[in-house]
Amino acid sequence: MSDIRLADPPGTPPRSPRRHLLSVADLTREDIERILDTARALSRSLDRDVKKLPTLRGRTIIHLFYESSTRTLASFELAAKRLSADTMSLRSSGSSVDKGESLKDTALTLGAYDPDVIVIRHPAIGAPQLVARLTDAHVVNAGDGKHQHPTQALLDLYTMRDALGRLEGLHVAIVGDVLHSRVARSLVQALALVGARTTLVGPPTLIPRGIEAMGCEVSFDVSAIRDADVVYTLRMQQERMEAGEAFVPSLREYSARWGITPERVRPGQVVMHPGPMNRGVEIDTTVADSDAALVTEQVRSGLVVRMAVLYDLLTTGPVRAAVPLEVA
Amino acid sequence: MALFCRNGRSDSLVLEGRVVDPTRGTDECLKVTIDAGVIVRIEPSGSSRTVIAPAFVDPHVHLRTPGREDEETIATGTAAAAAGGYCAILAMPNTDPVVDSAAVLGSLVERAKEEAVVPTGFLAAISKGQHGGELTEMAELADAGAAGFTDDGRPVVSPGLMRRALQYAVVAGRPLALHEEESSLSRDGQMHEGAVSAELGLAGWPSVAESAMVERDVALGAYERRPLHIMHVSALESVNAIRAARSRGVDVSAEVTPHHLCLTDDAVRTLDANVKMNPPLRSEEHRTALLEALRDGTIACVATDHAPHARHEKEAPFEEAPFGVTGLETAFAALYTHLVVPGVLSLQTLLERMSAGPARVFDLPVPTIAVGERANLVALDLDAGWTVTEDGFRSRSVNSWLLGARLRGRVVRTVADGREAFAA
Repeated sequence: MSDIRLADPPGTPPRSPRRHLLSVADLTREDIERILDTARALSRSLDRDVKKLPTLRGRTIIHLFYESSTRTLASFELAAKRLSADTMSLRSSGSSVDKGESLKDTALTLGAYDPDVIVIRHPAIGAPQLVARLTDAHVVNAGDGKHQHPTQALLDLYTMRDALGRLEGLHVAIVGDVLHSRVARSLVQALALVGARTTLVGPPTLIPRGIEAMGCEVSFDVSAIRDADVVYTLRMQQERMEAGEAFVPSLREYSARWGITPERVRPGQVVMHPGPMNRGVEIDTTVADSDAALVTEQVRSGLVVRMAVLYDLLTTGPVRAAVPLEVA
Repeated sequence: MALFCRNGRSDSLVLEGRVVDPTRGTDECLKVTIDAGVIVRIEPSGSSRTVIAPAFVDPHVHLRTPGREDEETIATGTAAAAAGGYCAILAMPNTDPVVDSAAVLGSLVERAKEEAVVPTGFLAAISKGQHGGELTEMAELADAGAAGFTDDGRPVVSPGLMRRALQYAVVAGRPLALHEEESSLSRDGQMHEGAVSAELGLAGWPSVAESAMVERDVALGAYERRPLHIMHVSALESVNAIRAARSRGVDVSAEVTPHHLCLTDDAVRTLDANVKMNPPLRSEEHRTALLEALRDGTIACVATDHAPHARHEKEAPFEEAPFGVTGLETAFAALYTHLVVPGVLSLQTLLERMSAGPARVFDLPVPTIAVGERANLVALDLDAGWTVTEDGFRSRSVNSWLLGARLRGRVVRTVADGREAFAA
């Protein structure tokens, strides 16, 4: 590492000790509340004609995506740009990864550019931890295999709080393929941290053994969603149905037993889905397009919550202390 | 004879200290005089600075030769063994090519005679190419020096082939050692199936995938009235199956690794590839059952399952990293620190399970401290504290689960087959 370093541009917040967002398990309730409050403050900037804030001017954020993604990559990129950071996005196809470069070498190469943040999505569990060990950047996990997707959990909490006014004491039913879902794992942990109650609902073959230890209840009967405030529907992945991989006998049987249909949703409940939806499989089209569905709100929350996460990692304190937010 | 070593001098040495030999019930301060490799005199001594014990025997080592000499060679692997206090080790046949013919085995024996610092034996495969299809030529392999047979790294999937192997092993007169894993249950498994795997999202390798196979093989062994050895036992249910079978008179022995005795699946939360092994680390109830089985003799051997891996292969996301950790140079200190110091295992039992236990299972000379015996001794400084670091290994690989750990108890001298193989 060179001793000579160009001075940060004026107005740049002081560098914080290196922190990461690798797993919801690393967060405290205070961390979550601070990030959601920051997101709330940042959301006000979205109502302006000029949506860009100078907050992260001069910072470099690299998005390293080894898996296909539309909404996560788009919202991370937009979040970084709205905060005036310099961004760069690398996908595994069309990069050295195509030529067989290891994650270690890719991380060392990108680390040599001295980025402030590396946002990584990777199909293998443990990839973000490895990048955090090998580089000096703050690392944000944008999804690693079936493990974690912490910003999704944060944006889901933000959406719930926005729609229902509170988190503490909420009852959330998460329905579907929990076994293969990083979204479910992150969300269960986050809900436990903020004092909400969680029930996992789905076929016994798709609910991992021992998951109750994370502080949730389990039911194999879809009627368990009746007394929930939030029905959170997980994506049913087609590849789980392939020969030799058949966790349920057929998608038809899955939809009939566990699909979220208008008959199963009680008035006053809200319905969420991390996307992309399989309409007619895990969620009925009527439900997906109803007022009860918060799917679009989730996407909108994704932008401000990711802005808040980047802001939180790169600045020292809560949003109130940060002058640049008030610069118009 | 199934052990091979570099030809060399026989040493004349004097070792003094607290001699602890579980095979003879010895525990007193003695001076042991070795002349030309043989113990010639044992007399009282006033010194108790080090513990002198029968040297260790490791029935489960991967020397990665032939094929992956970048990870380990016979020279480096046996130097690591000597530094760990071992006077004999057995190498696994899952190399490239697989040790499934007298030609491959013969070349290894020749190399061991040139390079091996401590006597080394080689297990040959049960099935050709370890594919689980046809038996290897066990009789010819035994004649060429095979110490036993195993398809380690993978199970013998077909019960029919397993039965044939048990029947035919009579001709070879060597033990069968089994890697127990029902692959359709453990498939893609990355760690123990339980609360931690549920939380981390890593695919589970359930304990029943091991015990179901142990039950099958114990039933076959009982039916054929043939002995069998269960390698790296990890599950409570397997322990129960082995204990029940032994009480019915089935000739079944078992081994356990230091990492399964010291760690639980909780360690996987770090997502450090150096806690990824097969079979996986299990939960506390399994660890406790293994410890109890080691105490009561249901499990007769400690085996390191020393599995060197190239640095670039282990420096990968947990899910992409290969299974296995090194262990030869840390086994005694790890078990002494984690089990003997806290008082959950006696030093005598540990020393027995690391030496006489495995020697008896594989029909190797049992290291004993007595006049007239070849000298196979280890000197241990039980008070020495040390930190495990990458640059401290003689092994060519550094994928240890103990990197950075502070341990107590250190091997200071190893005498293997009458020769000083290691001195700190």
